[in-house]
Amino acid sequence: MTQSTLVELQNVGLDFKNRRVLHQISFNVYPKQILTIIGPNGAGKSCLLKVILGLYPPSRGTCVQAPGLRIGYMPQKLAVDPSLPLSVERFLTLTNQGDSAPLDEVLRRVGARGLRKNAVQSLSGGEFQRVLLARALLRKPDLLVLDEPAQGVDLQGQQALYHLLAELRDEQGFAILMVSHDLHFVMAQTDQVLCLNQHVCCSGTAESVSQHPEYLSLFSNKEVEDIAVYTHNHDHHHDLHGHVVADDHDHKQHGHEHHGHEHHGTGGCRHD
Amino acid sequence: MIELVLPALLVGLLLAAIAGPLGCFVVWSRMAYFGDTLAHSALLGIALGFLFDLNLSIGVIAVSSCIALALTVLQGQRFIASDTLLGIMAHGTLALGLVLVSLMETVRLDLLGLLFGDLLATGFNDLYWVLGLVLVIGVTLYFIWTPLLNIAVNQELAQAESVPVGRVRLLFMLLLASVVAIGMKVVGALLITAMLIIPAAAARKLANTPEQMALMASLVGMAAVAAGLALSWQADTPAGPSIVLCASLAFLIIFSFARRKDA
Repeated sequence: MTQSTLVELQNVGLDFKNRRVLHQISFNVYPKQILTIIGPNGAGKSCLLKVILGLYPPSRGTCVQAPGLRIGYMPQKLAVDPSLPLSVERFLTLTNQGDSAPLDEVLRRVGARGLRKNAVQSLSGGEFQRVLLARALLRKPDLLVLDEPAQGVDLQGQQALYHLLAELRDEQGFAILMVSHDLHFVMAQTDQVLCLNQHVCCSGTAESVSQHPEYLSLFSNKEVEDIAVYTHNHDHHHDLHGHVVADDHDHKQHGHEHHGHEHHGTGGCRHD
Repeated sequence: MIELVLPALLVGLLLAAIAGPLGCFVVWSRMAYFGDTLAHSALLGIALGFLFDLNLSIGVIAVSSCIALALTVLQGQRFIASDTLLGIMAHGTLALGLVLVSLMETVRLDLLGLLFGDLLATGFNDLYWVLGLVLVIGVTLYFIWTPLLNIAVNQELAQAESVPVGRVRLLFMLLLASVVAIGMKVVGALLITAMLIIPAAAARKLANTPEQMALMASLVGMAAVAAGLALSWQADTPAGPSIVLCASLAFLIIFSFARRKDA
């Protein structure tokens, strides 16, 4: 493992009850890098995040975190039992004890300043998401891990979130690893896009939206700055079972055509 | 007269004091049925304690801890829902305990006392080990309070933020098993969970922070013990059920009349 790697995955495989969830995944996360993992439902995106977070040990291969790596994790959603009296303030300081000065600053940055004294159960979905981001930021992370941060957020909100994330990354210099179920829109500042369907289908840089007039016409210029389109460039196809088929005449013999990502993933990580 | 009631009162108050904060975690983490299963298995602990000639409380702690471990392992499987699994374990161990107790010919155990507690039979010798155990539970709880609270909020988030989830949960289960051993004395196997969850639930409306709720749960529980013992003394009712009845009344009153605090 080189000095400059935050997380290094080598041939990571994950099985659940003899069902293959992840297969032969190798990539590195570097400091200040923005990495977006996209893929259809059941592609194993959440599972991959959990391997990287150290929640699931990989069945095969290795996933090594840099020593002393500080991860700020923003889960997709989080339900706190209503019987637990917990203010936003207390929720934020649960694992980040220290002076309260950065608390106001971080809440202001994520746009949740007025929520400090509220009960966490009284927050709306969007508010809670901002509070979760604040909590992840308060850990002063080297790596910020976001699980579907754009889920349930409208385009405006998504754009604002991406804008904020890019700003914070430039200021604080952490790397960002995020998962998105949206196959076509990713954060414009993304350095690398990783398309996952149990294995890494393809990866590369996100192309500028400007090259795609059909999308360009949909949005005003401001929004375009923060959202880009990633064009898939696979060198293989999948058969109905999700197995990789080399991109030659061979697959025609199976009697069906393949169109990119229309194959079905088998199950994903449970969110319970 | 006071010598007769004093150890009972003190043992009851100690139980309520420690059951308050532990019960809050049971409520926050939705483990009421889990606590019930541990409590029901306590009877098996007593029976095995007699069979192997062990200290009965150690028997209870050992069996409850084993059940807690077994449940943790079994909840990983996905064939049977976890409430069904808890039901099977709770009643399976309770039934086994009852059968073993009835088979023992040399000792005649007071079955009602085991199921519903026999607080008035406690003496000063009981008081000392209960005091020691409560101190150990209290100190341990103090040290794992923050990680335990993190886990109650969200286990995966806690784990991702490098809280040692497995170890902390294991310790918590051992603490619960120890409280079950004390609870056997006071309210009996069938009513132990009541002492954990009723004061905690009653305290919810009186608290703004987790710590306030834990403190209020202790106070509500202690008041219930005092009132229950008084009722038992005046009306010659069984002590354990009288205490649980008083706790339930306290819950009803607080729930109906207290205005819920925000936050």
